[in-house]
Amino acid sequence: MGRTSHMDESKVVIQMKDIVKKFGDFTANDHINLTVHKGEVHAILGENGAGKSTMMNVLCGLYKPTSGQIFINEKEVHFNSPKDAIDIGIGMVHQHFMLIQPFTVTENIILGMEPTKGLSVDKATARKKVLELSERYGMKVDPDAKIEDISVGMQQRVEILKVLYRGAETLILDEPTASLTPQEIEGLMEIIDNLTADGKSIILITHKLKEITASSDNCTIIRQGKYIRTVKVSDVNENDLAAMMVGRDVNFKVDKKDMEPGEVVLEVDDLHAKDYRGVEILKGFHLNVRRGEIVGLAGVDGNGQTELVEVLTGLRKAESGKVTVLGKDVFNKSPKETFANGISSIPADRQKHGLILEFSNEDNLILQHFEEEPFSNHGILNRKAIKKHAEKLIEKFDVRPRGCAEAPAGTLSGGNQQKVIIAREVTNDKELLIAVNPTRGLDVGAIEFVHKYLVEQRNKNRAVLLVSFELDEIMSLSDRIEVIFDGQITGSVPGKDADEKELGFMMAGGKTNE
Amino acid sequence: MNGLIKDLGLLINATLIATPPLLLAALGSCFSERCGVVNIGIEGMMTIGAFTGAVMGLTTGNGWIAFLCAGLAGALFGLIHAFVCISCHADQTIAGTAINFLGPGLALFLCKAMYNNSSDTPAMDPSCKLPKLFEGVFPTGSFWNNVLNVYAVAYLVFILAFVCWFVFYKTKFGAHLRAVGEHPEACESLGIDVYKVRYTCVILSGFFAGLGGAFVTLATINQFRPSVIVGQGFIAIAAVIFGKFSPEGATKACLLFGLCSGIKSLAAQSNVVSPNLISMIPYVVTIIALVLFVGKAHTPAANGKIFVKSK
Amino acid sequence: MNKKKSILESNVLYTIVAIIAGFLVGAIFLLIAGISPAVAYGKLFDSIFSKPKYLVWTLVYASPLIFTGLSVAFSFRTGVFNIGAEGQFVIGSLVACVLGIVLKLPPVLHALVCLVAAAAAGCIWSLIVGVLKVKRGIHEVLSFIMFNWIAFYLSNYVVNLPGIHRESSEATLDIAENARLLLPEGIRKALDCNAAHWGILFAVIAAVVIWVIIEKTTLGYKLKAVGFNRNCAQYGGINADGSVLTALGISGLLSGLGGAVQVLGMAGRLSQFAGQEGFGFEGITVALIGGSNPIGCIFSGIFYGAMKYGGSKLSIVKAPSEVVDIIMGCVVLLIAISHVFKVFVLNAAKKKEAK
Repeated sequence: MGRTSHMDESKVVIQMKDIVKKFGDFTANDHINLTVHKGEVHAILGENGAGKSTMMNVLCGLYKPTSGQIFINEKEVHFNSPKDAIDIGIGMVHQHFMLIQPFTVTENIILGMEPTKGLSVDKATARKKVLELSERYGMKVDPDAKIEDISVGMQQRVEILKVLYRGAETLILDEPTASLTPQEIEGLMEIIDNLTADGKSIILITHKLKEITASSDNCTIIRQGKYIRTVKVSDVNENDLAAMMVGRDVNFKVDKKDMEPGEVVLEVDDLHAKDYRGVEILKGFHLNVRRGEIVGLAGVDGNGQTELVEVLTGLRKAESGKVTVLGKDVFNKSPKETFANGISSIPADRQKHGLILEFSNEDNLILQHFEEEPFSNHGILNRKAIKKHAEKLIEKFDVRPRGCAEAPAGTLSGGNQQKVIIAREVTNDKELLIAVNPTRGLDVGAIEFVHKYLVEQRNKNRAVLLVSFELDEIMSLSDRIEVIFDGQITGSVPGKDADEKELGFMMAGGKTNE
Repeated sequence: MNGLIKDLGLLINATLIATPPLLLAALGSCFSERCGVVNIGIEGMMTIGAFTGAVMGLTTGNGWIAFLCAGLAGALFGLIHAFVCISCHADQTIAGTAINFLGPGLALFLCKAMYNNSSDTPAMDPSCKLPKLFEGVFPTGSFWNNVLNVYAVAYLVFILAFVCWFVFYKTKFGAHLRAVGEHPEACESLGIDVYKVRYTCVILSGFFAGLGGAFVTLATINQFRPSVIVGQGFIAIAAVIFGKFSPEGATKACLLFGLCSGIKSLAAQSNVVSPNLISMIPYVVTIIALVLFVGKAHTPAANGKIFVKSK
Repeated sequence: MNKKKSILESNVLYTIVAIIAGFLVGAIFLLIAGISPAVAYGKLFDSIFSKPKYLVWTLVYASPLIFTGLSVAFSFRTGVFNIGAEGQFVIGSLVACVLGIVLKLPPVLHALVCLVAAAAAGCIWSLIVGVLKVKRGIHEVLSFIMFNWIAFYLSNYVVNLPGIHRESSEATLDIAENARLLLPEGIRKALDCNAAHWGILFAVIAAVVIWVIIEKTTLGYKLKAVGFNRNCAQYGGINADGSVLTALGISGLLSGLGGAVQVLGMAGRLSQFAGQEGFGFEGITVALIGGSNPIGCIFSGIFYGAMKYGGSKLSIVKAPSEVVDIIMGCVVLLIAISHVFKVFVLNAAKKKEAK
């Protein structure tokens, strides 16, 4: 990569010692350690729920540690509020941007530290300062634009400027590339380089191994709330990091038998649709999925995947085009009709679309069937049949804890909630199964479980459409990969020996040479 | 022609009497709604203010002190609402409903306890009331007397509306209160004390509502009665929504509703249109305004949502 | 241990604590006002329990409250907030009263027509708000408040119309005997309560029907699904807008019926009011005390009815009847924050156990 390190090993700027943070009975951080030097990019690696965010929230003053010490520039500190951390030079850029939508860029940057003139806020001075900072670190922003009108990339630059404006010496970036395009990621890496060259330190929270090897000096690995170790990134490779993160050797490869795809199940032709703002986002989209194959739809978030799935499942009305399942027209049909015509799906957001958290698991498991026998008769629910159905599925799909049929779905862990959804959708046994980011936020064991059932559907000669922002997942599962960019398919490659660089190129809008 | 001008003068006068209580309550409501706490208890807070104003006017004989005390009584109820909604994370609509029980209930209870089981306070001597600004300057019944010789507080209220606008859009506190109503988590991460800002705003909303209620008993009429506050609190909320949650918008809406009220009190004398039908106008107008404009109005994003401080 | 835990977790416990605390706050104000709480509360309970006919009166007072309580509880359970029960109640009583005056029909049929029309009117009054919510995205709480006042002034307007209004009074003409819901005269005499009517029976039937709908039917499943998670329900093929309208319609219908029961049962005519009567808002309290459970609403409605009836007798001991409002307001506030106490108590119990 040819990256130059700006780390000054003689100066320790941050030291966290034996940090413990408990929430009730749950220990989120169990004796965590961290040392960051001036000019260093220090990655924190861990699975979802490993305790990365808790650790950073302790460092930026949002949480008070149950025990342990924090040293800044070798002096011990106690934060009573985020303000204390800000004052001492620690700034956090949150994964979900903390921006006030109807405020301008300048107003957001100065919020909480407004320069004043008499009684009123001195907007001219504020604007000047923002422009100065943005030029100094090469971060282009429009100081007068409202947040709701600017791109995700610019919003992130605003977040970074916000902490710089507060005089941050150490910047914590929480999953900063989650919703960026490849070009924007490159731009971010440049910004990180500019910042460290200026003597700032960066803490990078991520679970993307490639970014760590490309950008970081050191990496601290935590697992299930515990500190595992800190390694020098130049000494290790991605596989080592993965093994340390999970705690065992991981085999991301999925076993699949060879299959010959059969007839076309889903056919999408020249589909046009608008997003929630009324802007066209699907611009003549084509796709087909056959029996016995998993088609992976790869792409950066925001290129029309969400809208495509909503159109296919009947949640969004498209402008024009053709959508058929086994020749039957399902274009702009209601969710009920698309389901009846053979489309089931594992939705992207299991708490928003997948489950009714307040409902019991048994009620969630009959979501599409509560009006059918044996679950109800003449409008009266048959509790016995509902319970029997649930108990069968809970057993079969290993939902834990056992006997949770009558417990609200909200009491289950994320992985088990996903199991409930998969149990429901796989049992529906429709011609086409759409899975959207089916493993987001799950631990490794649950990921393997989900993948197993997707492959099983394919092996049963069903069609599977996998929409995922995780390229690794797409590459390990798909028989064929289609790449979506700006509402269109920009390329199609067989899943076997697909080349990551080539896919990345297409995901950024480059067409393959034909 | 002369008659027309005289009627116009009377209408303006009636509008200037009906608007201040609405506007005071609406300005208070702006603070509360914009910082993210729904306050439908405004009506109850006004009633408490109206009662306190009357009692203090009778006991101290000084309209201004009575007016201030009424504000403080409203602020006390604001504090209750703030505590229940902000610190205890209660459902804000339900808490407001409870305030609407407590306010009038307590006012009437105390009234009966203090004044020999009567639900009205005794009438006040005019000297105890809030003063008019140009008393005796213009001839009685003349156009200018009707238009300019109104209660001094009416003038103050419009100045206050301007002050609120300035606070909202020009000061640090204003930026914080608007930000807290949009994205409290973001504010917290920047070191802004969300609870403090919200407490301040909700207590202010009670203070203003209390003042609004007291205007009715200390200026419009001269005593407290069970029916002094009938829906003004809700009209104030309507005005805030109609005015897109901004002090300047709420001011315009209150003037419009005040005008409706002015027409009502004039029409009541002429008996042409039922005052009951005219009384409906603010509510119907609000519904129509919501239907026509709500898509474009920006409701504070965190309004009514419970925010829990990090630990 | 488990039993103790389930008691500590039960909402009923916190409701009872809230009611007791409400009485304590009321006692403080009574003391401040120089009235002995013992005397006042003694009178309150005396006026409810000391004679069988007082209990009948309590049920008469409770009937409309159970209806509005059910209306609000149903809306809570289906994810909307019917703060407009007040307006639907007023519209229901207005329609029932007008039809009760102007129509000339045989017994039973006349009452039935009035009830059905009032239910329909309450339903429509609520549905307008529902349509505004579904079609224009206007929050129901706002439009309900507006519609409450429109209903209030509309009712006052109609009460004063010629042909409806009784000369030199603040009220309408009397509703025809055939439209009234009063119990047969013999029974009323036996109960020593002139206003005893069928309302309480209707209210109990309505509560049972609503309970069955919520707990046992596919309709209840649908409405609750949309109430809890509109997106997921839609994804599962449920028509969310239709469900919201159905929920609001049923809720409005219940309040409308409550209005009819009040005017055809106890009141016999409609008066012009200076301020809102508050049956709808009291319904919120009834629903909260009843834990949003339809069967619970029967009991909380009777409790509130007793408080109102007993409260009306307080002036005999020179205690303002408004102490009931103070008590009820406190109860609502305390129930609204009961989760705080619950967490507190459960933590304390846990700590004790750990030791």
